[in-house]
Amino acid sequence: MAVMEDRKMPPNCTNPESDPFYAAADEGRFMIRRCTACKKAHWYPRAVCPFCFGATEWEQASGEGTIYSLSTMLRANFTMAYVTLKEGPTMMTNIVKADPATLKIGQKVKLTFVQTEANKVPCFEPA
Amino acid sequence: MSIKGKAYIAGAFEHPTRKAPDKSVFQLHAECAAGALADAGLTKDDVDGYFCAGDAAGMGPINIVDYMNLRLRYLDSTDVGGTSYIGAVGHAAAAINAGKCNVALITLSGRPRSEGVQTGTGQRPGNPQVGDSPWETHFSPATTNVYGMVAARHMHEYGTTSEQLAWIKVAASHHAQWNEHAMLRNVVTVEEVVNSPMVSTPLHRLDCCVISDGGGALVVVKPEIARSLKRPLVKVMGHGESWKGQMGGDVDLTYSGARWSGAAAFAESGVKHADIKYASIYDSFTITVLMQLEDLGFCEKGQGGKFVSDGNLISGVGKLPFNTDGGGLCNNHPANRGGITKVIEAVRQLRGEAHPKVQVPNCDIALAHGTGGLLGSRHGSSTLIMERE
Repeated sequence: MAVMEDRKMPPNCTNPESDPFYAAADEGRFMIRRCTACKKAHWYPRAVCPFCFGATEWEQASGEGTIYSLSTMLRANFTMAYVTLKEGPTMMTNIVKADPATLKIGQKVKLTFVQTEANKVPCFEPA
Repeated sequence: MSIKGKAYIAGAFEHPTRKAPDKSVFQLHAECAAGALADAGLTKDDVDGYFCAGDAAGMGPINIVDYMNLRLRYLDSTDVGGTSYIGAVGHAAAAINAGKCNVALITLSGRPRSEGVQTGTGQRPGNPQVGDSPWETHFSPATTNVYGMVAARHMHEYGTTSEQLAWIKVAASHHAQWNEHAMLRNVVTVEEVVNSPMVSTPLHRLDCCVISDGGGALVVVKPEIARSLKRPLVKVMGHGESWKGQMGGDVDLTYSGARWSGAAAFAESGVKHADIKYASIYDSFTITVLMQLEDLGFCEKGQGGKFVSDGNLISGVGKLPFNTDGGGLCNNHPANRGGITKVIEAVRQLRGEAHPKVQVPNCDIALAHGTGGLLGSRHGSSTLIMERE
């Protein structure tokens, strides 16, 4: 199967909680949120901690991760995945710039932004 | 306070249509409502409670109950996806037990087939008001691939195979051959399932349910009314519901909300797994069935592949007959929501009114369970246990 570079990703939508993430993404920075009370990082980013309802704050993440699971839609030719970040949380994403047949659960991946008609969105490619 | 024995399913109706280009959705709801009331031996005027979910378009239940012109003192439009109607039986029983209504009507209808909905593969529009949408919609979680990730992880963790998943479809097809209304009546083999086109790895076309028009309705009543009617008595024994999602990023695709809703339903009913003679298990995909059977406790976690193999779900062959109408995999999936048909076939089995070729002998206790939404991102979970009195 061909390397996937041609899928035109739909534009993301955004709201006041996600606006700062996409502003940073457009500048090439990948941000996550961590709780100031329980200190745990989470995904997707929220102003209120999903573990303890404490206040959370942005931090720049490493962009290093591991494929937790994946599924390639054959006709549309793209790979949906969950990637577990080095910082702990697991996030929904797409794996790009790879032959889907070579991708495996447990594989190391690194962040790469893909430009949509709205913002840059966080995808991953083989590390 | 328990709902055990406090309500009965007196009426059940499944719309025979599988493609309804000439009917409206509200028309289908009303036809199902009339069918279930006639089945129970009740009339429109007897209904004082109504339950629906998102397939009934409009402001919660208001537009559909106005169409049907019902006089009500209790309304509930809890929407947890395709399993909503299994949960609605529990909600209706609770309302009846609290004296809020006596005759509860539950309806579902839809026509995604006529409307050409790309249920499993289409791109969904983003909605920034929904908290997760800005983080996910552009990645195209298109149902099939989200369930595909669940199957892929199960295979990775437990060694589950495509052939084992295929047995679930094979069992459904064995049942569907006897259902004159089923969309897919041909008996298929494991080889045919695993050789069908790959839709989203590792799920093949025949791992996926059908897309159909149609609908169904149920009538749940208080015990005194049930005993006054001429139908067999199907008693509500226990109900549980829950949800499961991404847990703040602690994603674990190896189990579903059935772990919690099932435990609650078994606890309320006092029924043991060995007592269940028949199970309706939501079958949007083969992996959905396997996951739920494990989480409901019919087998050990990770052993679902072995459990479903060699015809163990086929009526008259295996230990746990399931979806004897052919289920969503072969019969129908009206409105892309299979919850109500799960209860309807369980009621048929308990009444002894299933097709003779699939009727389970002495079927006195049955379970219906469903998952609504997306198993691999966030879903509702409902379990219902019923007994023939």
